[in-house]
Amino acid sequence: MPSTALFVLLVFSLIAFFAARSKAFAVAGDHIGELHSRPIYHGAYTTLTILVPGIIFWLLWNFIATRWISASISSQFSETLSSLTLPQQEGFIRDVMTLASGGVATFVDETKITAAQMVAEIRSRQLWIGGSILAALSVVCCWFAYTRITLKMRARHRVEQLIRIMLIVCSVVAILTTLGIVFSLIFESVRFFGRVSFLDFLFGLHWSPQSAFEGAGSEAISADNSKVFGAIPLFAGTLLITFIAMCVAAPVGLMSAIYLSDYASQGFRRIAKPVLEVLAGVPTVVYGFFAALTVAPAIRGWGESIGLDVSSESALAAGLVMGIMIIPFVSSLSDDVINAVPQSLRDGSAGLGATKSETIRKVVLPAALPGIVSAMLLAVSRAVGETMIVVMAAGLAANLTINPLEAVTTVTVQIVTLLVGDQEFDSAKTLAAFALGLILFFITLALNIVALRVVQKYREQYD
Amino acid sequence: MDTLVDNIIAEASGKEANIKMRCRDVSVFYAEKQALNEVNLDIKPKQVTALIGPSGCGKSTFLRCLNRMNDTIDICRVTGEILLDNEDIYDPSIDVVDLRADVGMVFQKPNPFPKSIYENVAYGPRIHGLARGKAELTQIVEKSLKRAGLWEEVKDRLDEPGTGLSGGQQQRLCIARAIAVSPEVILMDEPCSALDPIATAVVEELIDELRQNYTIVIVTHSMQQAARVSQETAFFHLGNIVETGSTDEIFTNPKDPRTESYITGRIG
Ligand SMILES: Nc1ncnc2c1ncn2[C@@H]1O[C@H](COP(=O)(O)OP(=O)(O)O)[C@@H](O)[C@H]1O
Ligand SMILES: [Mg+2]
Repeated sequence: MPSTALFVLLVFSLIAFFAARSKAFAVAGDHIGELHSRPIYHGAYTTLTILVPGIIFWLLWNFIATRWISASISSQFSETLSSLTLPQQEGFIRDVMTLASGGVATFVDETKITAAQMVAEIRSRQLWIGGSILAALSVVCCWFAYTRITLKMRARHRVEQLIRIMLIVCSVVAILTTLGIVFSLIFESVRFFGRVSFLDFLFGLHWSPQSAFEGAGSEAISADNSKVFGAIPLFAGTLLITFIAMCVAAPVGLMSAIYLSDYASQGFRRIAKPVLEVLAGVPTVVYGFFAALTVAPAIRGWGESIGLDVSSESALAAGLVMGIMIIPFVSSLSDDVINAVPQSLRDGSAGLGATKSETIRKVVLPAALPGIVSAMLLAVSRAVGETMIVVMAAGLAANLTINPLEAVTTVTVQIVTLLVGDQEFDSAKTLAAFALGLILFFITLALNIVALRVVQKYREQYD
Repeated sequence: MDTLVDNIIAEASGKEANIKMRCRDVSVFYAEKQALNEVNLDIKPKQVTALIGPSGCGKSTFLRCLNRMNDTIDICRVTGEILLDNEDIYDPSIDVVDLRADVGMVFQKPNPFPKSIYENVAYGPRIHGLARGKAELTQIVEKSLKRAGLWEEVKDRLDEPGTGLSGGQQQRLCIARAIAVSPEVILMDEPCSALDPIATAVVEELIDELRQNYTIVIVTHSMQQAARVSQETAFFHLGNIVETGSTDEIFTNPKDPRTESYITGRIG
């Protein structure tokens, strides 16, 4: 078992830790102060010297091993495979793998069983070879580190270096993942724009990708398809719902931030702030059914009672609930920036005879404005990206309207509906999701950059 | 009996004639901790009164009682009586907002608002509605900046942020800001402690000039400064006023041994 090997490695390195530590003690003898690094660093150094190469080797080995197995299946059973279509080939290999690990496959035949036996054989051989190399490697590393434990050995600095490298690796992983996502978005979007013109997509007023379903795949390059991928209704819907949400979140969030920072007593603030932040922790699905089952019917009933035509799924319901959801984003961040305005400015204003609310309106808020703006922008980008509430409360109909009582849809919701269900991966419809995602990405990126810029300017404001 | 009547008459006439602010038995508590203990002090009009004493003895606390800035601290409680022109400033009928317009304050660290120089000075007149129009407001701003001795330095850049000025200029801007609401008393809490010696000299000179129009109470930790700018001095020690009197008197002929040892540098 690959994971057992890792476990053994871990145990071995732990034992090495204690061994190295006691050797360090022994080397130092009575003069513990002459040891360059404390024994614990010698232990940590030995452990890391074993673990790091071991884990890297084992990951690489397993990567190679799976390649090796699929390669040998393909070469051994090339006649069988060549008679199958691509999905069938994949099914074949999947079944073989399942059988080899002792599972139950859907359709079993002779070839699959022989193939499975072969795979099991290769696997156990791989485990032996890999395991032995790993064991040898660990022993060598352990010996290397252990024999170097002396008074002068700078284990402390070595550990420091290793930690630095580990941190760098982690951040590189995060950055590379982001880059990978962006590139895959760009790549697929380019394919989409090969089928539907960029301008038609960006400025088209009609969105009904379901009607492109007939022409899925290569046939999708027909003149008509350009007409069904007009993204304007989606962006209009997103804008409308975000606007309604901000109409709720901006005033409520800002005012509660002001109350918390300048009016509330310390005790109330200590309780209220975390409670408000709990709002951000409620799963969006919960907000979604709150919107769909409570708010939307309420709005409908209220609208009908005064003679308005309200659809049962409305932008207003989704927007209101989304507004409640993003209140903590506004209030928590604004509270922080309002608190960061120095007390001396408030004293200065009070000393001139200003009342509390005058001080806040004329001195504190202007000084905190850039920070508040960036809090608002972050809330907006949160609202733009929100999906679940809209799916449940605002519907799927891509109406181009500014009437908040009608059903609308947003970019993220359409991405979901485009990708849900069985779809060929290269149909224009599926690729449209990537194009939408790319544009959404640029919008939120732009919002975040603006927010960051504003915050930077804010730093120069006072002091 | 006669002496009592005499006393009352003397006191009443004293109130009218040459006492701007009269403090009687002022005690201040921060929660349970007592910071001032039954302090009595008379502040004479159009004079500079210096409050001196070792740090932590309650000078700032006392100063902040005079325009009720202590109200902004939740845990702070003030007892006793403080009269401004014979009116009790802690009386419920008194509006703090008006009080603070009459008794202005300049703080230890210059704290101009992050606004333009003009807006900094115009702030007070605006909130109190002192100017009827833009022209009148500009007049007030100019007059205040002139009185604060800052006009020549900033008249060409009134639109630039007040925070961009040097420390000494910022402090004079804060003084101009206080003057703009035409107060009668100006409180200053160690106004020069964040300034270099040259800026300090300029501000001290300014304080001496302001004495013609305003009653000034200044907290200072510098003996020389108290001697240079003030006519009256009160020496604080551990929440009590140990000695008050004319500055000359206190510096040349202190009555209390504690005052003497502080002035000669033995405690502090
Ligand atoms: N906001 C406050 N909360 C609690 N205690 C305070 C506060 N301000 C001042 N004090 C206490 O009151 C005493 C007097 O302080 P302060 O008036 O600032 O002294 P000074 O200005 O003479 O150095 C000190 O012991 C200080 O710890
Ligand atoms: Mg002080």
